[in-house]
Amino acid sequence: MVAPRVKGLNCPRCGAAIELRSGELAQTVACPSCAAILDAKDPNLRVLQEFTGKMRYQPRIPLGTRGTLKGDQYEVIGFQVRGIRVDDVDYRWNEYLLWNPYKGFRYLTEYDGHWNDVVVVKNTPEEKEGGRQPTVGYLGETFRHFQTATAKTQFVLGEFPWEIRLGDTAETRDFVSPPHMLSEETTADERTWSLGTYVTPQYIWQAFKLPGTPPAPRGVYADQPDANAAGAGSLGKIFRLFAAIIVALFVVRQITARRDLVLRQVYSVASHNPDSTAFVTPVFALAGRTSNVRLTLETDLENNWAYFSLALINEQTGTAYDFGREVSYYHGYDDGAWSEGSRTDRATIPTVPSGQYYLRVQPELGSDGERPMNFLLTVQRDMPGVAFFAIALGLLAVPPLFAAFRHHAFEQMRWRESDYAPLSSDDE
Amino acid sequence: MLQANCPNCGGQISFRWSSAVQTTCPFCRSILVRHDVDLRRVGVVSDLPPSTSAVQLGTEGRYKGTPFVVVGRIIYEYDRGTWNEWHIRLGDDSAWLSDALAEYAVSRRLDTPTNVPAAAKLHVGQQFTFGGVPFTLARVTTASYRGVEGELPFEYWDKSKITFADLDSKDGRFATLDYSDPEPLLFVGEYQEFDQLQFSNLREIEGW
Repeated sequence: MVAPRVKGLNCPRCGAAIELRSGELAQTVACPSCAAILDAKDPNLRVLQEFTGKMRYQPRIPLGTRGTLKGDQYEVIGFQVRGIRVDDVDYRWNEYLLWNPYKGFRYLTEYDGHWNDVVVVKNTPEEKEGGRQPTVGYLGETFRHFQTATAKTQFVLGEFPWEIRLGDTAETRDFVSPPHMLSEETTADERTWSLGTYVTPQYIWQAFKLPGTPPAPRGVYADQPDANAAGAGSLGKIFRLFAAIIVALFVVRQITARRDLVLRQVYSVASHNPDSTAFVTPVFALAGRTSNVRLTLETDLENNWAYFSLALINEQTGTAYDFGREVSYYHGYDDGAWSEGSRTDRATIPTVPSGQYYLRVQPELGSDGERPMNFLLTVQRDMPGVAFFAIALGLLAVPPLFAAFRHHAFEQMRWRESDYAPLSSDDE
Repeated sequence: MLQANCPNCGGQISFRWSSAVQTTCPFCRSILVRHDVDLRRVGVVSDLPPSTSAVQLGTEGRYKGTPFVVVGRIIYEYDRGTWNEWHIRLGDDSAWLSDALAEYAVSRRLDTPTNVPAAAKLHVGQQFTFGGVPFTLARVTTASYRGVEGELPFEYWDKSKITFADLDSKDGRFATLDYSDPEPLLFVGEYQEFDQLQFSNLREIEGW
């Protein structure tokens, strides 16, 4: 067969060659050279409307380019630039009309580097009543209203299977459920719904084998999925797994801790001279594997302080763990009862091997009071702690909290462009 | 397969559907109306526009598991272009496969309820219940008959302007009221994706 695939015609206004890629389906065609809108049904391509605008636009995917979307080949046959005006600001986007004679029409939309693959839906989505923000349901998915506007056609190239004119307007309502967007367009004649799916610019470039690299998308688009949301989901999973492990370890520790009471003695200090107060405790055994030792000092201080120089000494090896503790307790009554400090102090030495030990204690009693100090010294072996587990949980929660914060910020950027923009000081 | 000869040119006419009331002669484009086994020439088909449909006479497919074959066609023209109503033999029944800009739908004729208003009294938003399903009138279209091809279940060759009422349901079904006769015809159907219909023997479209 040698029949030409496209009809060879010329623009009656500027003489440029016009191709009708969808053949008999084309109703209107805009000249690729002078952008005049021509009657595709007329054998002489009667001029329907001249283009008098200032701005001409170049499609990023040239007319006639074929690409593969969802396994089917489509050819770009039409291109239009449409715009809306919101709060005196113009927003423009590009629409590409794609055609496959078996599968029908499909659209691509492009705004600030963001792309959507769009098909017309035949079943009317179900509107749901109520609420400040309306929603619609479609195929089990709930879409939230994003924006209502009036879209105006500003520039047209190529052919369309319907009547199209510069200045055509349609009322649009967009509903989002990332990565999907449902759009309703209402004209005097009809109401149509379409379903867009957010795709990456790289996907478009590959599908149409376009040269170079696509312009990077700017900002967050209405139905753009948060690429980090999936990562945040798996972070959450990891967090839950490790948190469960930590809690399990905590429970095991609570059950298996020895909690041996190895020393419990009452002492008294009367002298304020620290050189005369030093003493050693009886020898006690620390049993089991290397573990912690907890030392508790319970004093009867009254508006005074005491400093304890302490050493836990291994009787056999002489290894000493030196440390100091300060205890102070003050209280009184002016404009109500007050108190400061505590009579009790507790310290934990983390890893102490088993063996025979004694404590060397040198209390120094503050000179603020005259009373002697009595104190109860308790030594316990292998006590379960909470702090380690709490810190581990806290550190573990940092990445998912950070991810949640980032996701929140992403959603804020999405809705900032909608009719439901959160109030903020940088609103223009 | 029922066969007869064209009363105009003598060419052999084969029927894909034994109940066809009307067919066209593929050789001389005569429109032939069938009375028992006799064919009567009632007119001639004007030149059909170049086909834009991927479907053709003899195309086969499946609708919800039931095989069909395309036996005839009516082409309509309206202010936004043309669309095709392909007459199909669906199992043993007569049904329609419409192709409007490669959007496909399959519909069947139902008995028209008595409460359907006259064409002049239609208005968008009217509610009807057909076969237990509620429908809302979405648009009223005036189309003209552009041509016929092949076997049809009724005589359909001298029509001019026809009023169509399109109705939608919430479950994705649609209904059409066809006012080409004083007594409107009711068709109820469903939209179908190209791949759902499992077509074979489609028209080859050059370059695709």
